[in-house]
Amino acid sequence: MNAAPAVEAIDLVKHFGETRAVDGVSFVVPEGSVLGLLGPNGAGKTTLVRMLTTLSIPTRGTGRVAGFDILRQPTEVRRSLGLTGQAATVDEILTGRENLKLIGSLYGLPKKYVREATERLFTRFDLLDAADRMAKTYSGGMRRRLDLAVSLLAAPPILFLDEPTTGLDPQSRSGLWAVLRELVSEGTTLVLTTQYLEEADHLADEIVVVDKGRVIAAGTPTQLKDQAGRASVVVTLTHAADVDRAAELMESCCQEVHVERGSRRLTAQAGGLGDMTRIAAVFETSGIELDDLGLTRPSLDDVFLHLTGHRAEAEDAADPTNEGVTT
Amino acid sequence: MTTVQATRAPATRPPISPPSLLRASSTIVWRNLLHIRRMPEMLLDVTVQSVMFVLLFAYVFGGAIAAPGADYKEFLLPGIMVQTMVFSSAIVAMGLTSDLQKGFVDRFKSLPVPRSAVLVGRSISSLIHSSIGVAVMAVTGLLIGWRVRNGFVDGVLAFALLLLFGFALIWLGIWVGSLMRTVEAVQGFMFTVMFPLTFVANTFVPTESMPAWLRAISEWNPVSAITQACRELWGNGPPAGADAAWPLQHPILVSIGWSVVLTAIFAPLAVSAFRRRSRD
Repeated sequence: MNAAPAVEAIDLVKHFGETRAVDGVSFVVPEGSVLGLLGPNGAGKTTLVRMLTTLSIPTRGTGRVAGFDILRQPTEVRRSLGLTGQAATVDEILTGRENLKLIGSLYGLPKKYVREATERLFTRFDLLDAADRMAKTYSGGMRRRLDLAVSLLAAPPILFLDEPTTGLDPQSRSGLWAVLRELVSEGTTLVLTTQYLEEADHLADEIVVVDKGRVIAAGTPTQLKDQAGRASVVVTLTHAADVDRAAELMESCCQEVHVERGSRRLTAQAGGLGDMTRIAAVFETSGIELDDLGLTRPSLDDVFLHLTGHRAEAEDAADPTNEGVTT
Repeated sequence: MTTVQATRAPATRPPISPPSLLRASSTIVWRNLLHIRRMPEMLLDVTVQSVMFVLLFAYVFGGAIAAPGADYKEFLLPGIMVQTMVFSSAIVAMGLTSDLQKGFVDRFKSLPVPRSAVLVGRSISSLIHSSIGVAVMAVTGLLIGWRVRNGFVDGVLAFALLLLFGFALIWLGIWVGSLMRTVEAVQGFMFTVMFPLTFVANTFVPTESMPAWLRAISEWNPVSAITQACRELWGNGPPAGADAAWPLQHPILVSIGWSVVLTAIFAPLAVSAFRRRSRD
């Protein structure tokens, strides 16, 4: 028997008036894994999370969290999840400690547990020194960590994170990634939305790419990259003088060879590691000196461009109705 | 497979016992009162501002206003207290909109807690907020010569009527707070409503001197009935004259009636607007 999936979206639809924010999305998140919902601004990621966390009622479809139906068993769903929203929803006027006390009391957790858990979480998130300061004095990174501490207070088995690192500096971002990986290693299931391809690539076991309320691709990061195009072998020569001979050699054994003279770099299409070792052997016998030989796969950014025809991290500040206009 | 599931995170979970509506609401009240304690300037509207109103009317305008059968300061105090109570609906509206805007309501909704606790907690804390204002008014009044003259029971009854009326108007506040998107919009709207509501009445001046049509509007204004009720219960003025409109002849009953009617109108509107706002 298989363990029940932690989270399921079942043909979820949400209309806001004429706008179809989410237009029939389904996916399954196995327990203990990380699902990345990847898409540009306005793709419907936040609406999906809001429906799955019972904040928003779907127009059609349903979902299950920890096996509970989001429409029929919202209270059980709420007991099973933690949510860190897009804007860190900590109470700025309360101190860090009071924020946890507030949420602890709303969960009906024993006071003693809340006190101990606060110490533990604040130690882990490096907030102990700031615990008795009002949250409005916190930096962006600290607020996110406090928000996460609040979400983790009741030790939920499933955690939803809506753009957890948006607006954070690179250092805070990698700090938060480390914390999230630690949670996963302890068995927590994560559903996170992100606009950052790097973030999805880094954290997620499975990625669901959404655009305009629909799923346009799904799979592991590697599978998605394979979809966007095959891998290629990149050879960097030590001496510029060898470029012509190297190009000849590669053309004899590979397809689509490109030569960049200036950087002494040659690329060729490759099916996988087998091709790379073959090319390595060819150069070995030829006696041409190499600086580097490697296999590169397309980035998720390439994937997104391939799937949607537009970049994921495009400037969405413009009027969304102008999406059809190409520039 | 199932054994793996059992040893995962749930095994280490603390006991969650979702609180009753009462407990959840009192937690929200605790949080809202903590806000007031951290930012005492939130109380300016019902303290310094109201005291200024008292002094302004008692000493600047008061000399030019003749209150029939009463000292103007005595006449004024019940009016100002009713005004303070009316403003509690603006306080609740702004607080609710701010909680909606800043995501506090979302955070709250993701917890296994009765959702109405946000509203109950918000209305109780704003009643406390305006009661502080009424207490400040009472002390100011005592200092400048206002007195409760008809004994303890009537005195307390008048304060109870004030609270009841404040409670009714809180639903108006919740309704407006759920409909509007920003605190600034709420503030603009509420003050546009509050000013005519509290000034076109017998709060600051006797209605006898008004043109007939305005006098009729004023005397049917719920604010007038509750003001008149407090004046009579505290012994701050004579009963309304024989030519006054019907509500002022029976101010206590009419005050209770208005409070019930306003609650019956605005409570369902407020709850459904809040629900609608909470669905998306």
